Amino acid sequence: MSDNITINTGHEGSALDQIKAYGSRLKSGEMGALPAIGALILLVALFASLSPYFLTPINFANLFTQAATLMMVASALVFVLMLGEIDLSAGVTAGTGMAIFVKMHLDGTPWLLALALAFAFALAVGWALGYFVAKIGVPSFVISLAFYLAFPGIMLLILGDGGILRLEVPEIKAIMNTNLPLWAGWLMLAVTLGLTLAMGLWDRSRRTRANLPTRPLSLLYMKVGAIAVIGGAGIAILNLPRSLIATNRIEGVPTVIPIALTILFIGTFILDRTKFGRYMYAVGGNPEAARRAGIKVAKIRISAFMICSVLAMISGIFNVSRIGNVESSAGRAIVLSGVAAAVVGGVSLFGGRGRLVHAAIGAFVIAIIDNGLGLLGMPAGFAYIITGLVLTVAATADALARRRSGGSLTRT
Amino acid sequence: MSKPLIELSGVKKSFGPVDVLKGVDLKVYPGRVTALVGDNGAGKSTLIKGLAGVQWYDEGSVKFEGEEVSLTTPRISSALGVEVVYQDLALCENLDIVQNMFLGREELYQYTLDESAMEFAAAKALQSLSVRTVKSVRQKVSSLSGGQRQTVAIARSVLRDAKVVILDEPTAALGVAQTEQVLNLVRRLADKGIAVIMISHNLHDVFQVADDIAVLYLGTMVAQLETKKTNHNEIIGYITGLKTQKEKA
Repeated sequence: MSDNITINTGHEGSALDQIKAYGSRLKSGEMGALPAIGALILLVALFASLSPYFLTPINFANLFTQAATLMMVASALVFVLMLGEIDLSAGVTAGTGMAIFVKMHLDGTPWLLALALAFAFALAVGWALGYFVAKIGVPSFVISLAFYLAFPGIMLLILGDGGILRLEVPEIKAIMNTNLPLWAGWLMLAVTLGLTLAMGLWDRSRRTRANLPTRPLSLLYMKVGAIAVIGGAGIAILNLPRSLIATNRIEGVPTVIPIALTILFIGTFILDRTKFGRYMYAVGGNPEAARRAGIKVAKIRISAFMICSVLAMISGIFNVSRIGNVESSAGRAIVLSGVAAAVVGGVSLFGGRGRLVHAAIGAFVIAIIDNGLGLLGMPAGFAYIITGLVLTVAATADALARRRSGGSLTRT
Repeated sequence: MSKPLIELSGVKKSFGPVDVLKGVDLKVYPGRVTALVGDNGAGKSTLIKGLAGVQWYDEGSVKFEGEEVSLTTPRISSALGVEVVYQDLALCENLDIVQNMFLGREELYQYTLDESAMEFAAAKALQSLSVRTVKSVRQKVSSLSGGQRQTVAIARSVLRDAKVVILDEPTAALGVAQTEQVLNLVRRLADKGIAVIMISHNLHDVFQVADDIAVLYLGTMVAQLETKKTNHNEIIGYITGLKTQKEKA
């Protein structure tokens, strides 16, 4: 046997060939997040032309903080949606966890310990959901609906008669209400670029060593360049002074952005590059095939629910940091917006398909609709209607694309 | 003829009052395709499940490379090098060819998936079977045809260094051209020195690719013949029970 392989690996050819191959993948229905990115650009252009305030630095920064909570909920849901399951209780789990956190802190527990308990609560809830689904066989829709109904009651009991408690932890408040120093924003960009480049080169060198063809380097440089331009523009805008009051100087990247990016990076790394991530996709795609391959399907399912609850808890932290208090209805509304964001971003409800970046982009689409219509002075009703329409379009596009690709992604 | 890789003798299996296998003998040789034929309910699946370790035999002996073994779990069978390609193929459509071929036994490098090593090995395995029909090893299985999927499932067993590959009706549900492809693949599999057991209802396929034909009739192995020394009518006679005299293989 020769040492060279003659079967194509998808890495052959010039940069142009690669772009053509990408084009034909799109045509065959593997569109990924592209429709959502298109919608994002369209919405930005639309609102920018309709409202002079839309592209102001202050609104730009607001968009990020508005989208962050939703993005985290959507990212949490990706882990269960990918298995063809759902967790309707993700929002209220976060709300209850935050109620525990705030109440315990007010009662004198150190805030870090109280926060750790909230995360322990998330892990326990995720495990319980997973156990009901994977071991007992209760549909996730039903069991998480049960949790969804019960948890606001627990919150009410914790929060007492007023049904609301104020957050008194400056460290948590800082997440949504402070900004990075100007240099730190640029450092963040440099780290992102460095990581992208390093991982690209690392993969390349591994392929070369294995005697496999590699994609042209120019593609990697183009990717890094695109991140540099888009990220650089974003940070430049966020670093502009944006206070509406002359005496008060607000500038810099909101603190929540590096936190969210780090979580996205770690989650994506796990899904793309570890055995666990591969098994998640396998179980989502064909649980029976996964089982026969020796994958412990129940364990993967339970872990997915636990990760979902933990990421949901982070969204709860973002939320409580932003509004400064916890009330008994916390987290009820956001979970369905989270599902919508994930689907708009290109995550399949049938399981097996979805990435965290999809959830992030979908969350931005929905946040921009909210934000833009608000700026235009439209009644809040419109935002709901248009969000519904966008979701309809996204789901339809997904169904049509799936039909064209011929792959039936129904669960077996 | 070389020594048999697998030798079953007097294998019995019953489910309650129903005797599904009533003392079956079977010899499977390396480098040869043994077709297992028989009508519905003859016990083909039960026989195969026993070899796969999914469901053990009640009685009888199983010799693997001359040594007595007891195949009580799938793990034991797979450790001996027995791989089964079931009819439903057990592939994940949302994963690509490489990911499917390595599912459950991924190679790691510094705690992360060693994609390049797996891609290389998968491409090699496909190449060793002279597979030319796939566009790229990084194609998603959802974009593959039925024959290509069968190819991936079979190549997966090669990747796992199988000594015995059991194919459950590999050509059912395939068109003419794809059937041809898969049969060629089955031939090459045997040419690599692997013992192939192929369940099939299609005698045309059987006569085209098999070296030996084993016929089950109501739980009894009524004949194991060399393909060269028999013909359609004789095999049909055994399958339908018109001919029942046990011949020596």
